[in-house]
Amino acid sequence: MTDSGSSLLTIIIFLPLLGVLLLAFLNGERQKGAIRAVALLTTLIDFLLTLRLWTAFDAGSADFQFEELRPWIESLGVTYHLGIDGISLLLVLLTTFMTVLAVLASWTDITKRVKEYMIAMLLLEVGMLGAFCALDLFLFYVFWELMLIPMYLLIGIWGGPRRVYAAIKFFLFTMAGSVLMLVGIIGLYFLAGKNSFDLLDILSLQLTPNLQFWFFLAFFFAFAIKVPVFPFHTWLPDAHVEAPTAGSVILAAILLKMGTYGFLRFSVPLFPLAAQSMAPLISVLALIGILYGALVAMVQRDVKKLVAYSSVSHLGFVMLGMFAFNMQGVQGSLLQMVNHGLSTGALFLIVGMIYERRHTRLISDFGGLWKQVPIFAAFFLVIMLSSIGLPGLNGFVGEFLILVGAFQANRLYAVLATIGVILGAVYMLWMFQRVIFGTITNDANRGLRDLNLREIGILTPIVVLVVWIGVYPATFLRPTDASVRRLVAGYQQAVQGAAPRTSVAPATGADAAWAARVLGEAGEPPPSERPWEMNLAAIGSTAMTSAAPPPMERRMGRDVPGAGPLPAGRR
Amino acid sequence: MLDLAWLMLALPLLGVFLNLFVTGRMSERGIGWLASAVVGLALLVAVGAFLALLKLPPQQRHIELNVYTWIASGSLSAGFGLLVDQLSIIMALVVTGVGFIIHVYSIGYMHGDPGFRRYFVYLNLFIFSMLILVLANNFLLLFVGWEGVGLCSYLLIGFWYERKSAADAGKKAFIVNRVGDFGFLLAIFLIFALFGSLDFTTVFSKAPQLVQSGVVSGAAITAITLLLFVGATGKSAQLPLYVWLPDAMEGPTPVSALIHAATMVTAGVYMVVRTSALFALAPLSLTVVAGIGLATAFFAATMGLVQTDIKRVLAYSTVSQLGYMFLACGVGAFTAAIFHLMTHAFFKSLLFLGSGSVIHALGGEQDLRRMGGLFSKLRTTGITFWIGALAIAGIFPFAGFFSKDEILWETLQESLFLWAVAAFTAFLTALYMFRLIYLTFHGPSRVSAERAAHIHESPKVMTRPLVVLAVLSILGGFVGLPLIQGGNLFKSFLEPVLARAPLAHGAAAAEAGHAAIGFELFMMIVSLAIAVAGLVMARRFFLQRPELAQRAAEVNAWLYRLLCGKYFVDEAYDLLVVRPVKQLGTILWRGFDVLVIDGIANGAADLIRGASGALRRLQTGYVKSYAVTMVLGAMLLVLYFVMR
Repeated sequence: MTDSGSSLLTIIIFLPLLGVLLLAFLNGERQKGAIRAVALLTTLIDFLLTLRLWTAFDAGSADFQFEELRPWIESLGVTYHLGIDGISLLLVLLTTFMTVLAVLASWTDITKRVKEYMIAMLLLEVGMLGAFCALDLFLFYVFWELMLIPMYLLIGIWGGPRRVYAAIKFFLFTMAGSVLMLVGIIGLYFLAGKNSFDLLDILSLQLTPNLQFWFFLAFFFAFAIKVPVFPFHTWLPDAHVEAPTAGSVILAAILLKMGTYGFLRFSVPLFPLAAQSMAPLISVLALIGILYGALVAMVQRDVKKLVAYSSVSHLGFVMLGMFAFNMQGVQGSLLQMVNHGLSTGALFLIVGMIYERRHTRLISDFGGLWKQVPIFAAFFLVIMLSSIGLPGLNGFVGEFLILVGAFQANRLYAVLATIGVILGAVYMLWMFQRVIFGTITNDANRGLRDLNLREIGILTPIVVLVVWIGVYPATFLRPTDASVRRLVAGYQQAVQGAAPRTSVAPATGADAAWAARVLGEAGEPPPSERPWEMNLAAIGSTAMTSAAPPPMERRMGRDVPGAGPLPAGRR
Repeated sequence: MLDLAWLMLALPLLGVFLNLFVTGRMSERGIGWLASAVVGLALLVAVGAFLALLKLPPQQRHIELNVYTWIASGSLSAGFGLLVDQLSIIMALVVTGVGFIIHVYSIGYMHGDPGFRRYFVYLNLFIFSMLILVLANNFLLLFVGWEGVGLCSYLLIGFWYERKSAADAGKKAFIVNRVGDFGFLLAIFLIFALFGSLDFTTVFSKAPQLVQSGVVSGAAITAITLLLFVGATGKSAQLPLYVWLPDAMEGPTPVSALIHAATMVTAGVYMVVRTSALFALAPLSLTVVAGIGLATAFFAATMGLVQTDIKRVLAYSTVSQLGYMFLACGVGAFTAAIFHLMTHAFFKSLLFLGSGSVIHALGGEQDLRRMGGLFSKLRTTGITFWIGALAIAGIFPFAGFFSKDEILWETLQESLFLWAVAAFTAFLTALYMFRLIYLTFHGPSRVSAERAAHIHESPKVMTRPLVVLAVLSILGGFVGLPLIQGGNLFKSFLEPVLARAPLAHGAAAAEAGHAAIGFELFMMIVSLAIAVAGLVMARRFFLQRPELAQRAAEVNAWLYRLLCGKYFVDEAYDLLVVRPVKQLGTILWRGFDVLVIDGIANGAADLIRGASGALRRLQTGYVKSYAVTMVLGAMLLVLYFVMR
């Protein structure tokens, strides 16, 4: 691994801190306009910088790009290692994009403690971007925890009536998971024995299936709670209902993706055999989430709670596709993360817009809004259709790929998940009908203003993307192609290698890994002894992906000759 | 011209965009004519493509245009690609032709509606989606059109969204269709899993070999075709998913004509014919298709007999006629199905537009019990309506005669029982149709006084489309003349598309048909006699001696109630599906989510709080108690070490 010489990622991640610095000089009471402007400008510039990331990204390569590698805490071997690949690129883009919209959505919604609010928002962005870019497990953990605090404050200070309960619940649930992950990270550090938290170093670690299982579990709770996977989801409706609009938007669009991203970035490549053995359980939980989320969403009376439960259902699809471990499933799940971010983010924005006017979110308080606020209704309609997966809009592409992938992995799962597609239409259309159609029965709705320019400006870019992804998804699928291909191939190889369990222990794990890598690059199937060791080779090998220059050569110099005998504690 | 086939899609889409974003200040007329013009131009493109296709030798009438790759992931690749062949061009002609006529009619019908622009945006969007559906060259794109027309149907049924019944009907249509889509989607997954492709050409050419070589089992093909048919039962309103179509009549009448009679609801038939190569490999599926089709035709006809809403009679009639088309598919007579699809598009949209003209004249009245004697006042509407009724009843020489007779004839080759039920249904068809005619146009007027004063024939923009459709309903059948060798132009034009799916019995039937012209002629006279019997009976029951109908209803009271209640299928669905699902949702939420999961989480929190609370009490802050504790502790320690 090397430093690419570019500091773009660092700039992108920490630019919001510059905004925070500027905000510190402004007066929170008298300069609210300036505070909002600074926050908006900061997030906007950050978004434009990520566009640069996108245009310069080499879609043909599965390697980490824009890598930055600097020592940080040398005594512990902690490095400041950043980089993005096809798996993180879209999520980084989504983060900066949605943060701009979140700041815009807070424009008139937040009137007290604007300064502190915007600071929390910007710090949150730092945490999210850092977590998506970190390639050092310690660094990842730091960013991961960093996200937690601003979000906790956003809910706890600017939230609704039960905000304290919701904030603490959010904090405790997430914290409970993270602690186990920290244990896992430290465990991996000692097992690797290279005085390094670097993801690439840890990837070269060969774990027995048994160890893989325990480590998978340690990471599982952190990610599963974040997703949230059924039955760890109950913090979500509370957090969403109490959070301010922008908080809900960020929570749904980005924070939940931390969980799914974590599975893709860490759990599957590091512990493929455990992922395989856990796949049935996780798929079943995902299925329960799909159906359960939809059924519970159906009977909600609060629109925001309905959208929150719909997230449980949608994220179930993402999990199902991921644990199908094939191209369509994983790529679909990656795209669906973006889709869910856009659609559900937009739904929360829409709910927020109506809440700002009426100070209620109960479905029964509305009805007949079309006539009164046609522009609002039209946006709502498009987003609602995107959420239920209408072909031509974004949701369909992701859902379809996920279901195709799932169908190849396990037909029964796909069949059951497809029932979720029916239910998805049920709860959304029913809610939409009760809010938008009919005649106005509540006099309070008669004076309702339609969307203003700012609000149209927030929703229009989302609708453009919704249609874009629906009609021409290649723009968003292609950059993920190479990385997903490598991920899937790595998993397949690890699993296939493990199938015959007649293991003859080779001299050292590193040797076997090296041999496997050479074989892998020659396009040969790897030998079957000590098969889980193919893990590294599979993930590293470029032979199966494309004609791109083998990236692992850089790595070899460090891994292979220097690896030496097995460190203590390694079995 | 064939290279320009994409224009068919682009034009209606252009109409959508113009009316959505550009023509903001244009008058109502301008909006309506613009929307009609783009469809008219699309019709011209379709005609051009049709003529260009005719110039090619029959085997080469298969042009694929790949516009771009839509979804590509791993080995999956689904393109935005069009297929112009005999089947799709007929569908495109019907869609754009009938579509254009109905657009023009709508300018008059929707005059003054506050949602005028919205209406035409939806209508153009519908034409666009429908053309995607019929021109797609792969399953996935077909599904895109399939869902697109479903969306337009949803929006147009609920067009007058302020009426709760309309909004409910729209939602019902969408959700019931989703149930069908469930089958369709699974079929797509299975097709991809088995054939590794979603392109029609690849799948259809591979299928027979793969089945023969045993790579793909016959059971798998049966599963695919049955799942596809589940999709078709949703979209084409067949048993058991037909329930949304009668309710769909809440939409504006031209919408009922275009979407819920002529085009969208026939999408299922089109899909089955398109995939005939697969159905041909699955005899069981064909039997199911025939059975469901016939059962639907029969039951819908019985329900149509007792409806009192003019549009609902036509809705059940549509369901019934679609059943005929599936029956045709099921007995392997795919060309007959498409033939009936086409003639049905003419006469059924004529009937719907005619009923719209009646409703328009009566200021919104739809109840047959408050009509009657309108013929003299609504001349054009009355005459064209008669033509439509004669056509659907299957009276020579109107279009429906030829297509329905072909279906009956092909059914007879398959099974006498199927034929008998189909023939009886034909009798019912004539009966409910002429009941409708007599109750509406003849006999004493039952129109309320204030409405009677305002009865007027519709404007020309509405009656001219009726005349055009009436002409089509008369002439449309002659492209498929039976008996004469080579007289069935329609069949010989379409056959190359289906040539890849040679059906053993279909071919045999054709041979038998030529062998026994006399027998076929006899059967034609039989079916004509059946239709005339229906007409005569309707005349007796509903014009000459209305008390007979009354008495029949009283004698068979339970049957009458069953029919009026539409066999109580809606109620059964509500009781068996809708309510349990809602209850399940509530139980899961209130019971499981709040009580169990949160109970555990909060319980854990309470436990910790309780424990820490107990521990906190130890921290009293009194030095005395700390001292006592220390001494006690020390004593215990000493005791421990001593005792050890």
